[in-house]
Amino acid sequence: MNTTIMLFLVQDGITNGAIYALLGLALVLVFAVTRVILIPQGEFVTYGALTYATLSAGQVPGSARLAVAMGVVAFGLDMFAGRRSLHLRLVGRALAVDIILPSIIFALTLWLAGRQTPIAINIALSLLIVAAIGLFLYRIAFQPIAHTSVLVLLIASVGCHLALQGFGLVFFGAEGQRGPPLSDAAFTVGALRFSGQSIAVYAITAAFIVGLWLFFGFTLYGKALRATAVNRLGARLVGIRTTLSGQIAFLLASVIGAISGILIVPITTLYYDTGFLIGLKGFVAAIIGGLVSYPLTAVAALVVGIVEAFSSFYASNFKEVIVFFLILPVLVLRSLAAPAVEEEKD
Amino acid sequence: MNPDTRALLTVSDAHVAYGKVEAVRAVSLEVADNEIVTIIGANGAGKTTLLNAIMGILPLKGRASLAGADMAQLEIEDRVAAGLSLVPEHRELFSAMNVEDNLQLGAFRVAKAAAAAAFERVYALFPRLKERRRQLAGTLSGGEQQMLAMGRALMGAPRLLMLDEPSLGLAPIIVADIFRTIGELRAGGVSVLLVEQNAQAALQIADRAYVMELGEFILNGPAKEIAGNDRVAASYLGFTHEGASGI
Repeated sequence: MNTTIMLFLVQDGITNGAIYALLGLALVLVFAVTRVILIPQGEFVTYGALTYATLSAGQVPGSARLAVAMGVVAFGLDMFAGRRSLHLRLVGRALAVDIILPSIIFALTLWLAGRQTPIAINIALSLLIVAAIGLFLYRIAFQPIAHTSVLVLLIASVGCHLALQGFGLVFFGAEGQRGPPLSDAAFTVGALRFSGQSIAVYAITAAFIVGLWLFFGFTLYGKALRATAVNRLGARLVGIRTTLSGQIAFLLASVIGAISGILIVPITTLYYDTGFLIGLKGFVAAIIGGLVSYPLTAVAALVVGIVEAFSSFYASNFKEVIVFFLILPVLVLRSLAAPAVEEEKD
Repeated sequence: MNPDTRALLTVSDAHVAYGKVEAVRAVSLEVADNEIVTIIGANGAGKTTLLNAIMGILPLKGRASLAGADMAQLEIEDRVAAGLSLVPEHRELFSAMNVEDNLQLGAFRVAKAAAAAAFERVYALFPRLKERRRQLAGTLSGGEQQMLAMGRALMGAPRLLMLDEPSLGLAPIIVADIFRTIGELRAGGVSVLLVEQNAQAALQIADRAYVMELGEFILNGPAKEIAGNDRVAASYLGFTHEGASGI
């Protein structure tokens, strides 16, 4: 193998690894705050990518309808949960978040579809749609069972993954789709060619990591989220609602997933079920980070990306096998190093 | 005390159970504005259980109201917003975060301007916390952690502060310091409900006291009278009064 090929593979690996890093960070975040292992993370990727591709093709994505439908269900749950003390404020807030917000997004989608909208608007709209789905997913599927064990949450998570994947097939069809790139610019450094798209991947990943760091380090809500992750009871005792933290975590995770999807869809063709495998690679990184460490997860994600690039060059048939095999030695090492921990109860 | 007008916390006929085992039975209790009330009793009497139930951590059968408003439908977070605050036995600090962040989160439900004032008050009460404000909560000594837990609770500007065994595991000199601070809270308009095994210290600063045994209140009255009670003296204070006394 010559140096050019090696550099090429490393570059490819880092581009993919950056995406896995985003997804891995979102998984760690959601697990720390809600104890949910977010299997449907991959669906956020697919939904973001295919919603963006559909909008770019001038059509109305079905995911916008799903957001409205989920909002209605969430509204019903909010009303049922608050049935004993239905203040005007509570009803008003639920109405605004669960009904009016997704309706506005849907109306915007209908109005903009078919017009020559700039890429930035399509991206913003896709993010809004997927963010709403993420928020309502937490409200519908996880908030009612937030106090149960990690295993129950995991099973619910698998259920959500299957349901969302099924809906994805209905909305986007079995055909793969591609979206327009964020930028057609390209330049070469030596033998390496950098496309505008891959630069966008690096820039947005870096921006997100810095943004998350600022959010968790310096804002009250970021600190509240960390506090919930560190000590759930302590957080409740200072008045931080577990449900609020969960909603913020899911909101962030869905936006991160959708961004990742939008970044990949100009590079690779995405199908309704592609997201799962991409999400799993973020999951491998998160597991290597022990589901707690953000920096370790980010580094592990880059390693996953590079290993994937090299294995697809040398043994493309075994590409996935090799990547997922990475998890085994890590699990063995971790199980030897870490003392047995009793599952947290609250 | 006139319970109709000045009662801040009213608990009547409260039962708390773990499954089928009743840990607290038919307990009634009142705390007035600006009052320090203590519940003393042996280990396992149900004191912590009662506090947790008042806070909403455990389900309480019976009636509990804060300033006349029933709390049955309120979650823990709503009770915090209503002015109730608990410093739990295990403190439940955010150990991986620094002192200042812990305090700032204590004021999560409080407006920004009020939070700034609360910072000053808490730092005035506990100068040690100001010195250590950049240190991680988990690396503080036991006494400092207790101060931080109380400081964090006070940041939320509670009307009633409930303290669960603040002296547990602390050196006597620090216990004295903490109890002195509890006494000072009254000046800031905070009522206190104090659960303690250290009956002597608790009875010294409290206005009234309840004595709990096996999940029930067996005695209550002004703290001085309780301290003078023979049975209490023998069981909890470790000495007997000469001659007869009682309530």
